[in-house]
This record gives sequence, structure tokens and C-alpha cells, in this order.
Amino acid sequence: MDRRLALSEIVLLGALGFSAFIGIWTLLSVTGIVPRQFLPTPLDLVTRFIELLSQPFAGSTLPQHLASSLQRYAYGFLLAAVIGVPLGLMMGWFRLLDVVVTPLFDGLRFIAPIAWVPFAALWFGTGIGGPVMIIFAGAFPPCLINAYRGARFVEPRLLEAGQMLGTNNVRMIMEVLLPASIPSIVAGLRVAAGLGWQSLVGAELIVAAAGVGFMMVQAQANVATATVMAGMAAIGAVGLVIDVLLRQGEAIIRRRRGLNA
Amino acid sequence: MPSNVAVLPVNGRRAVLGERMRHRRGVVGLITIAAVIGLWFVLTTLTGTISPGRFPSPSDFWTSASQIWTRGYAGGTLLGHALHSLRLVALGFTVAVVTGVPLGLLMGWSRRAEALINPVFLLIRPIPPLAWIPLAILWLGLGDAAKIMVIWFAAFVPSVINTFAGVRSIKRPVLEAANMLGTPGWRFVREVLVPAASPMIFTGLRLSLQASWTTLVAAELVGALLGIGFVLNMAQQDIYPGMILVGMVAVAVLGWATTWVLGQAERRALAWNVAGRD
Repeated sequence: MDRRLALSEIVLLGALGFSAFIGIWTLLSVTGIVPRQFLPTPLDLVTRFIELLSQPFAGSTLPQHLASSLQRYAYGFLLAAVIGVPLGLMMGWFRLLDVVVTPLFDGLRFIAPIAWVPFAALWFGTGIGGPVMIIFAGAFPPCLINAYRGARFVEPRLLEAGQMLGTNNVRMIMEVLLPASIPSIVAGLRVAAGLGWQSLVGAELIVAAAGVGFMMVQAQANVATATVMAGMAAIGAVGLVIDVLLRQGEAIIRRRRGLNA
Repeated sequence: MPSNVAVLPVNGRRAVLGERMRHRRGVVGLITIAAVIGLWFVLTTLTGTISPGRFPSPSDFWTSASQIWTRGYAGGTLLGHALHSLRLVALGFTVAVVTGVPLGLLMGWSRRAEALINPVFLLIRPIPPLAWIPLAILWLGLGDAAKIMVIWFAAFVPSVINTFAGVRSIKRPVLEAANMLGTPGWRFVREVLVPAASPMIFTGLRLSLQASWTTLVAAELVGALLGIGFVLNMAQQDIYPGMILVGMVAVAVLGWATTWVLGQAERRALAWNVAGRD
């Protein structure tokens, strides 16, 4: 493997790669090798993005679309965490629950979250309920699995001490399993957040009457490529912010517990 | 160690899990599944608590399944739709692996290549695969090309990242030994780099495969002319719960089957890496 590069070299090469990317993109579009309507220049994209901040497209401006996406996202994600984490912990403690739920869960897990779309639309409509269910379907498995694993891998000594002291089941879960599983649970929540965000995009492409995904589908139908790309940029940026925030939270929790991050 | 004893790694509560225990687990699992199917029958057919417009009864499911199997639905039989989807996944996945793994090897091997490519990669990476679907349709229409493009983008990122991480995790002495022995370039890649990174590469492939299926189903739901996602799409529009369920089961079976095939390939390729398996 090469030697480590100096920072200046990394910056230089990075800038080179980046400008080559932007350069080729611009060139393809400006020379008309790819018609500009289908591949707007990077500058067109930035302009369109700024326009969308104040100009409505498909009924609302980009921030408004984002707000309605984020609202659904928050509902779906919270629902997944509120159901998945306690269920996972309980499965880690009550053997019977584990044995009963695990085979069902393993079977359901092979269904891609997005395949729930038709039933979600049928059961909860295309407004808020349908997309929320899809986000739930995406975010639920990591919440459950990580809480379960966390609970199963708690140090046996802690469990034995708790049992010896005659701790009841509720306190055992709340005061032994939950605190001991926090690092695993938080890691699961981070994965869930990413999968939930991705499921939201899918749900909005297929069934929704607002949101960034909906905006992109409308833009696609109108051959407004710059608007589609602006939507992609917005989705990517928000996803990145969510991920960075949760990573920070995870690092803080790990540090407090004296685990190396 | 006797073969009927499985050792679970960390859990001390029962480090040794006897055959009897595993057997009991399997029995309870079967009972659970039977109970759920029984409950399904009772709630939909006997008591009618769940209306057939919301969720199909077992007999609805059976009717839909035999309809699509023999007469076809949404322009093809179940087998036709499934093979179409399978072919697209295989194509998109292969293109992604063939492009992603070498790029990951290159970026892992050469810090210059990493520095050059990383910024662009970081720019594209946060965009969820499904968000490429409208752009793919704009560029390539509703046909197969657009599907292959989105699967490619979806499966590309995990292939690159994991291959890259795999190369970086190779222990220095291995590389130095190869260097010292003067292993020439191509043999070095084939006999040192790829095998040493392969556990991580396979992790990447598994994630890529999963992403491929999710993306394909989503893309077919948005717009297609054939395929399992298209069956789901038509069933949704026709408000045909039995067919929706058939489509979902088909998606699950296909996803499971391809994952199984990849798992077998991994077992064969990594037979030496017993310790690395769970």
C-alpha cells in the first residue's frame, strides 16, 4: 500500500477529482451530447434548488415538501422505536416470547419494506398513514434486533445478581437489561433511521400527495430534470444530517460508558 | 466437541445449548406458524373480523395464486414475472459488483486513488438508491435499462465501501511478505488482495443484493411493464388483496432464494475462514 499522503496532497487530489466530475458533467450538458433538458448543468441545478426554496412546485415549496416528509418520517420512526425496542428487550428476557416471535419475524423480514406499499395504501390511505407504515416497516427490524441482541448479551453476572436480589421482571427489564443494552439500541436506532429515510423516499414516490418524493415524481412527469435532481440533493442532505446527528449521539453515549467509539 | 452441542459465543446464560433445546425451539416455532395460519383462517373466514377487502382469506390467497400461476395476471404468469425480475436483479447486481469491487480494491490499495475519488463518492453516497428512480425513468424510460441503472447505483455503494474496508483491514505483514517475495501485480491482486479482503467483500455483496431487490421492487412499483413489483402495482390499483399477498410472498421467496445462493457461494469461497463465520 502507498505511504500516507500529506494533507496538501489529499486536498489537491480531491479537488482534482471533484473538478473533473463537475467538468465532465458540465461539458456533457453544454455541448449537448446529453440534451440540457435531461442533464442540466451543475449551475442550473444550484439555481433551480435556490428557486425551489421560495417557488412552489407540485403545490408547495421545497422546504414545505421537506417538512411534510419529515413529519411522516418522525411518526414512522418513533413508532418503530417505541414498539421495536421494548419488544426486543422483552424477547431477550422472556424465553417464550423469543421462541414465539422469532420465527414470525424471520419470515416477515424477507419482505422488502417497499413491498408493503399496496397494503399500506389499502389500509391507511395515501395521506399520512400509508407512508408512515412503510417507514415503520423499514425502521422496525433494526430497532427490534439490536434491542434483542443487547439484552441477550448482557453480562450474566448482572442478571444473576438481579435474580438473587429477587428483582421482578419489570424492574429487571427497565433497570438491568435496558441500561446495559443502550449502546446496542442506539446503534440499531441509527441503522433504523437510515433505512426509514430510504423507505420514506420509496413510499413517497409511489403513494403520496406531498413530500419530496412526490415532488420528484411530478417533476419526472414534467421532464423537469433539474427539479428531480434538486429533490435528490435535498433528500441526500437531510439523510446526511440525520446520520451525523445520530452518530454524534452514539459517540457521546459510548464515551460516557467508557466504550471506545 | 460432540456434534450435537452448539456453542453460542457470548451469551453466558447458556453457553452450551443442547440439541434438545434447539429441537424444542423448532417445535415451538412450527406451532407458532401453524397458530398464526389458523388464526388467519378463523379471523377472515369463520368470524369475518377482517374484511376480505382489507386482507385476503387463505382461500382468496389460493385463488389468486393459482390464477397468476396458470392463467397469468398483469401480462404474465407468476413464473414469467419472477424470472423477469430475477434477470434484472442478476444483471444490475453483476454490473454493480464488476464495477464496484475493482473500484473498492483500487481505492483501498492506492491512497492517491482514494484521495482522488473520495470527494465525488461522498457526494453521491448519501443519496438513497430509491431516489435515483425518477431520474432513471426520465433518462431511460420504463423499460429494463432504467431498472438496471437503479439497481446498479443501489448495489454499487455497498460493494465499493466494503471492498475498500476489506483491503484496509489486511494486516501489514501479509502485504509486506508479498512485497518481499516480489509477487507481480496481477498475481498480487488475485492471490493476496482479493482473498484477504474477501470476507468483507462478501459482506458488501450481501448488502448489495438486498439493496438490489428493494430497489427493483420500488422501481417496478413506480412503473414497469412486467415483473413482481408490477404485479404488486396492478394488484394495488385493482384493489385485489389476494394478489397483493401473492406478490409479497413472491418478493420474499425470491429475496430469500438469492440470498441463500450467495451464502452458499460464500461458504465455498471462504471455506478457509471458519473462525470468521458466525
